[in-house]
This record gives sequence, structure tokens and C-alpha cells, in this order.
Amino acid sequence: MHPAFSVIFLTTLIGAGQGLFLALFTGQFYSTVELVEAQTDTFYAIGSALSLALLVGGLGASFFHLGRPERAWRAATMWRTSWLSREVIVLPAMMGIVFLYGVFHWFGWTQPFIVLGEGTLPIDATFVLGMLGMLVTLALFVSTGMIYASVKFLQEWHSPYTIANFIFLGTASGFMLAAAYSALIGNQLVGFFGTWAVIATLLGLVTRTASLMRNASLKHRSNLQTAIGIRHRGIVQKSQGFSAGSFNTREFFHHQTPDALKLIRVAFMVLVFPVPIALVLLAYLLESSTLPIVAFAIQYLGLMAERWYFFAEAEHPQNLYYQQVS
Amino acid sequence: MTQLALVIDLNVCVGCHACVTSCKQWNTSGWAGPMVDENPYDANPTGTFFNRVQTYEVGSFPSTETVHFPKSCLHCEDPPCVPVCPTGASYKREDNGVVLVDYDKCIGCKYCSWACPYGVRELDEQQQVMKKCTLCIDRISDHTLPEAERKPACVIACPTNARLYGDVHDPDSEVSVAIRERGGYALMPEWGTQPANHYLPRQKTYMHLTEEDLQRSDNPLTKEDITVYQGEETMEDVTW
Repeated sequence: MHPAFSVIFLTTLIGAGQGLFLALFTGQFYSTVELVEAQTDTFYAIGSALSLALLVGGLGASFFHLGRPERAWRAATMWRTSWLSREVIVLPAMMGIVFLYGVFHWFGWTQPFIVLGEGTLPIDATFVLGMLGMLVTLALFVSTGMIYASVKFLQEWHSPYTIANFIFLGTASGFMLAAAYSALIGNQLVGFFGTWAVIATLLGLVTRTASLMRNASLKHRSNLQTAIGIRHRGIVQKSQGFSAGSFNTREFFHHQTPDALKLIRVAFMVLVFPVPIALVLLAYLLESSTLPIVAFAIQYLGLMAERWYFFAEAEHPQNLYYQQVS
Repeated sequence: MTQLALVIDLNVCVGCHACVTSCKQWNTSGWAGPMVDENPYDANPTGTFFNRVQTYEVGSFPSTETVHFPKSCLHCEDPPCVPVCPTGASYKREDNGVVLVDYDKCIGCKYCSWACPYGVRELDEQQQVMKKCTLCIDRISDHTLPEAERKPACVIACPTNARLYGDVHDPDSEVSVAIRERGGYALMPEWGTQPANHYLPRQKTYMHLTEEDLQRSDNPLTKEDITVYQGEETMEDVTW
């Protein structure tokens, strides 16, 4: 498939935004039960604004993928059958919840209206919004992943690994950003967010490696024999029916050499996993306030390469029909 | 229920591309707007086409065969491109089974083209909506046309009658009989899309000749002439 930058930015930006929201609420939950130091409401409000900015940025990038962006509102109609439609509904829902979560924190509307667990777990509006947001975040990860995983013709994507990768890599990126944010303002949660970022990155390493291994030995169901229905081992295309390009040659081919593909794969395997983990560990040891920021930036760059490779790796069966110009 | 479809006879297709040009001519002139070309007279011409003729070589020399292979939307009975459409622009008509795109609803997200294993949907470069074979829906459903012309443009244009058109759910239709009796098959059956369009395989006609076919065995002048002639007038002298 042709990797479109609109979709690469969409999935990586909203992944980081979703992960950041998960990180903020995880931090809030831990401080509510007094496992980590309590943070000011401003910390959560500004963090929510950052998460919202990433979600808005991703949504904005997605418009560049559309031929007719002015009709984008129509995309919410077929939620019964289309995962793309479901994403179109869940993404704004998540933005709304993140916005409210930030607003409630900003104005300090955090008076608990009920206290559970014999006075240990006060529930306020932000707690409810956070729990709801976590569910919606998960729903958004699943919707985004299922857009790709549900297309059975793209066998490289048609696997639960696709969804696992979206969840773990997005979460890793968001927690990494939370660590960077904490490091920037100099609070005590750098280690807390960094640890979770490393855990999510390691989980992502497991599922991404598993999907790479699966795809390396993948046997495609279609071949030239089934494509044109002639049972012969020696079929060669002599003409695809036109002399220059068409939508079929632009949308479904990455037009890169196998070496370039290999290079990108190595690049993302290095930039997404070992380098950020090493930087977070180093930041912990040196108590550095800049290294977590570098770790997030490098991992985000790596995730863009990862997403590029995700598209380029997928081999569409229609390509069987477009092998030879004349 | 009716399922309109094409049956392509690979046995007689000569790869002349008349179906491609007639399709483009008819559909670019219709009410749905042009099928736009980019750089039509330049180095890299490209444009929207509903139908293409491809050419394949089967086997290696000297036992090779050239197969011309027209490809357009197969109007699947279970079209995978329809449920993935987020706007409902892609739909399958209830009354005749033709898969269509509502150009006024399409947002050009290209997701349906990913969900088609046959690569028969194309994004129009200027209108930025997804386009595909309509089976000339504006011809076949136009009752002001004489019945003989209520067929897709490609079917009418084909000089070798390699394109049959009709209802594949009617067991007695020309297309159903052709599929049944001449080994009609579907493309990529492994995906379960149940394409309505079928292809008829190439068939070779063999004739077995024996010595007796060349030398008429019951020729009375050779076989039954058992007379031993000895200088007198023979039958040959009489006839010639």
C-alpha cells in the first residue's frame, strides 16, 4: 500500500493524545489512592489541553486524506457496518471528554460527591470523566486498529496484532510525553510516567515483533492463477491495459526498493524501542529534565517510520493485476 | 431477485479495447459528469476508466497462449466494498444487484478501494470521488431506449460478442446458460465475494483424423472394384 502522510500523522498524533490522556488519569488515580504525589489541577488541565491539541491535530491531518473534506460529516452515518464511521464518532467523543476533563480541573471543580472504600477513594467529576475517558480511549484505539485489521484482503493487517500495536504504541508514546511534560515543569512524576512508558514500549516491542514475524512468513491467499482464473504455473502479464499510471498503481504500491523498506524497518525498530527506553533509564539515573523530552521526540519520529512501514508492508491482492506496463 | 451481470468469453476476446473506449465514451458523456483525464497528450497520461483490457501470456515458448482479459467491477453478490463505506455512498441496488457509488455522498476516503480485492474502483482525480463500472445503469434502466439498446455500452461495442449481459439469477437467461454449460467461473473465489460477473474459459477445438477420413473407405471406384482388367476398355476410359 502507498503510505499516505495524512494517515501516518492521524494515527500517530491521536495515539500520542490518547496515551497522554491515559497517563494523566493514571497519575490522578494513583494520587487519589495516595501512591504518588498529588498534582495541582493546573497540571491536569494543561496536560488535557496538550492531549486535546494532539487529537485535534490528528483529526486535522485526516482531512488531508479525504478527496471531499467538506462532506466529512457524512462519515458518521454508517456506524453499524463501518469501523471508519465508528472512529469518526468516537474521536470527537473522546475530544469532548478530554475537553471537559481539562475544564473541570482548570476551574477546580473537584469536590468529591461521594467517598468510597471507607474514606480512601473520593469520587469527583474528573474521576468519573477520567473513567469514561479511559473507556472511550480504548474504544478509539480499537476503532482505529479495526479500520486496518478488518480488511481481510490486506492479510498483513488482518490480525489482532494490529490492534495490540495501536494500543501499546499509542500508550507508550503518550506516557513518554507525560514523562517529558513532567520533566519540563519539574514535578516528581517523571519516574512514574517513565516506568509506565517503558512497560508499554516493551509490550509494544513484543506485539510489533510478533506481527513482523507473522508477516514475514505470510502466505498470500490470492495469486495470478486465481486472479484471472487460469490454472497454469507459468502466467506472465504482458500488459496491464495502459501505458502510464492509474489510481491502481498510485494507491496500492509504495514505489520503494526492498532495501529502502528494510532500512525503514531497522530505523523504527531502533528508534521506537531501545533508544527511548535507554534515554528514560539514563534520565532516571542522571535526573535529567531534557532527556525524557528527547526520548518522546525520538520515539515519535520512530512511530512515524513504523506507521510508514505498516502501510508499505501490506500487499494488496489487486497488485497482481498491475505488474507490467506493456 | 435479479442480479444483472456480464459474462466475459475469453475464448473470443481479441483484446481490441473497443469495450474500454466505448465505456469511456458513454460514461464520460453522461449526467454523472466526465471521467477525467490528466495529461492526455503528455508523457504520463492517466485518467478514470471503468473497464480495462489486460494481456497475459500463459505457458512458455513454443506452447504459449495469449489471453486478453477485460476487467471491470464484478458486481459481487456479497460486495466487501459496501459495508466499509462510512457515508453509505457505496451501495448495492436492491432491484437489480448493481453496485453503485452515490457521487454526491462520497467523501473520497478511498477505504472502499482497499476493501476490493479486484482493484476496480478508481478515485477520480478532479472530482475526488470514487468511481466504478455502473453497468451503464443509465442505459439499462432507460425505458425510452429500444429494448435491444438497453445494454451496457461495452456489450454493444464488442465486435466478437465476447461480452454477454443478463440476469445471472434467471436460470434460463443467456448468461446463466453460458456459465452453466461452458464452465463459467468467478475471479478470486477464495475471498467469498461471490462476483456476479463470470468468465468463460478458453476452449480448444480438437479434430481427430484417421487414414480412413482422408481416403474414403466406401469409394466404389476403389474399394469395390475387384475386376481384373486385361487390356480391354476400363471404367477410367469411360469417365474421362
